[in-house]
Amino acid sequence: MSTATLEPRVHAPRNYLNADYGWKSWLFTLDHKRIALLYMVSVSFFFIIGGSFAVLMRIHLVEPQGALVQPETYNKLFTLHGIVMIFFFLIPSIPAVLGNFLVPLMVGARDLAFPKLNLLSWYIYIVGGMFTLYSAIAGGVDTGWTFYTPYSSTYSNTQVTAVAIGVFITGFSSILTGLNFIVTIHKMRAPGLTWFRMPLFLWAMYATSIIMVLGTPVLAITLFLLALEHLFHVGIFSPALGGDPLLFQHLFWFYSHPAVYIMILPAMGVVSEIIACFARKRIFGYKIIAFSSVAIAVLGFLVWGHHMFVTGQSVYAGLIFSMLSFLVAIPSAIKVFNWTSTLYKGSISYEAPMLYALGFIGLFTMGGLTGLFLASLATDVHLNGTYFIVAHFHYIMVGGAVMGYLGGIHFWWPKISGRKYPDMWARIGAVIIFIGFNLTFFPQFILGYLGMPRRYAFYPAEFQVLNVMSSAGATVLGVGYMIPLIYLIWSMRYGPISEPNPWGATGLEWKTASPPPTENFAQIPVVTEEAYAYAPEEAAGD
Amino acid sequence: MTDAEAHAQHAGLAHQFEDLDQQQDADALGIWLFLVTEIMFFGGLFASYAIYRWLYFPAFQGGSHILDIRLGAANTIILLGSSLTMVLSVRSAQVGNRRALILFLVATMILGGIFLGVKAYEYNQKFVEHVVPSLDWAPEGQTLARLAPGGLEHAQMYFVFYFAMTGLHAIHMIIGMGLLLWLVFRARKNDFTPHYFAPVEVVGLYWHFVDIVWIFLFPLLYLIGGRY
Repeated sequence: MSTATLEPRVHAPRNYLNADYGWKSWLFTLDHKRIALLYMVSVSFFFIIGGSFAVLMRIHLVEPQGALVQPETYNKLFTLHGIVMIFFFLIPSIPAVLGNFLVPLMVGARDLAFPKLNLLSWYIYIVGGMFTLYSAIAGGVDTGWTFYTPYSSTYSNTQVTAVAIGVFITGFSSILTGLNFIVTIHKMRAPGLTWFRMPLFLWAMYATSIIMVLGTPVLAITLFLLALEHLFHVGIFSPALGGDPLLFQHLFWFYSHPAVYIMILPAMGVVSEIIACFARKRIFGYKIIAFSSVAIAVLGFLVWGHHMFVTGQSVYAGLIFSMLSFLVAIPSAIKVFNWTSTLYKGSISYEAPMLYALGFIGLFTMGGLTGLFLASLATDVHLNGTYFIVAHFHYIMVGGAVMGYLGGIHFWWPKISGRKYPDMWARIGAVIIFIGFNLTFFPQFILGYLGMPRRYAFYPAEFQVLNVMSSAGATVLGVGYMIPLIYLIWSMRYGPISEPNPWGATGLEWKTASPPPTENFAQIPVVTEEAYAYAPEEAAGD
Repeated sequence: MTDAEAHAQHAGLAHQFEDLDQQQDADALGIWLFLVTEIMFFGGLFASYAIYRWLYFPAFQGGSHILDIRLGAANTIILLGSSLTMVLSVRSAQVGNRRALILFLVATMILGGIFLGVKAYEYNQKFVEHVVPSLDWAPEGQTLARLAPGGLEHAQMYFVFYFAMTGLHAIHMIIGMGLLLWLVFRARKNDFTPHYFAPVEVVGLYWHFVDIVWIFLFPLLYLIGGRY
């Protein structure tokens, strides 16, 4: 039964991976590190599913009349691509995988505050995922991931209820993760680890958790009401029955705009760790970065109306929402400036995680600046509902969140697996992803500016060149994603054994073995220095 | 292993905590955060209610007048009583009185059960009066006369909110009663001591929250202006 007897590993010390074997030791584990790996496998699965929907769409759009599928199928493709990628990949990706693995290690604790809730959150995620997969197999959904009423509640004949239940259920997994992180960060920090000695990744996870805890329940009740209306044909959002479809949009975006920050804040946390490590410098303006995470979380709750400039929302409400949306740009820009200031006069080395982090800064800046066009009332009227928006949020979510996730995976992979990956392949992969990404999405800015609407299965012939460029880029991007998938799996078995701290990084997670033992630390560590003490003589001054 | 010794001190101490104080702090923060998520959950519903009540006030008023105010008031008193017995069970756990703890937990469950019984009777009345949206919507006679002035369609929306809000509240009550039953079993096994009774406190906070939701639901649904 045990594989350990078949292939003896020389002097493999006890760690969380070899502590126990068999499927039960994984499916009933309460160890946050194992739960993180369960999440890693599941979000990768959903990433591949969501990615294949995107591939089909891009193939279809090679020809103006559509090359592959019926328009109805196309509607289902973009809907499921959005739902799977947002609710089942992007939102859980960094928090549930890297956060789960790292939060207890970074605070110097033996586990999260509530290990059973942590495992429960994974099961909830899986059940929600099953409902969503069922809806895909049973005929799909064609409402767009935004489920706008009254189309979703009254007119759509597709599996709206099943997918709404799936997303509703999965929301609770995100609530439990957020709750666990907040309590752990508040109550379980090691002696000496004050709030302003915490790594910025923890600040980012804390801010993210606040959004998860405050926002997700509102999405849950919204989807509950939507399912009620769809199942019983009673009026809540349907204008034919006296309801107000704008109320749905308000409630939906009250969660779904902050959800964007659930995706990007953790990536910002990852980038702060990587930049400081590979510039060998204390991060510039530690406190400002920490507070800007919280500021983004708070302001993020006040800007949802910018998704509704062209609906029947009051112009005055639009003015306020526009102004508040510009305000969110400030803490985001502060982070970018601070990262670049950290690079200034640093001893920079271009390891694979650093390439992802630098890629993140460039792509996030593009995504952020184009967001300002959409926050302005007048330009938004022209750009709303076009490919400009598609390009904008892919620069944030794929160029930002996915680059951050991959950077984090590469940075902490030696800690997670105890092995090293082939560095050259990793760098090649990072560069291919960067090139493929820009080739895919930059043409979409131009397409949108020229007026090509999103979510259409056809387009005028003059847009073909840019669409073919975008589809070609998607192919490059797909190849780019395959490369890490292959060498990371390969390295789990054949990669050279990693020392506990291969990057010479600071932080408690690097002070224990790789992979860490089940109880994380032989003895609970005591923290005596600031975070990022890469250049000790400077650290005292800040 | 000194750690193992420390953990052997109390069966209620989980391995990830250093001591019972830390665990109790974490439990308390955890349940308060959970209640915050509950406030946001019900908040979406209350906000939607508020908007439609403002838009369709006459219909909501008419719908409200169909409800039996005496049953609603009686249920409010019953639920407040259950909050009292819940507090008393937390107190009993605190002073280590196991008999009283079990007694008050059971009393809380009984009061919760009576509340749900009354609620079930009220739901049944709605079927008798044919004011259940979608499933049995055909108000007639005096009921129709009360609902008609505000528009039947909007009156139906009032009842959608009535069932959604009281229904979600009832589901929370049922979950709470399950948790109380679990506490009774643990108390019978003598799991709680004056040093370790966090589960009683946590369930207590949940129970009070569910009560408070009703304190808001009662006036919002039953007491919409100008009945007498």
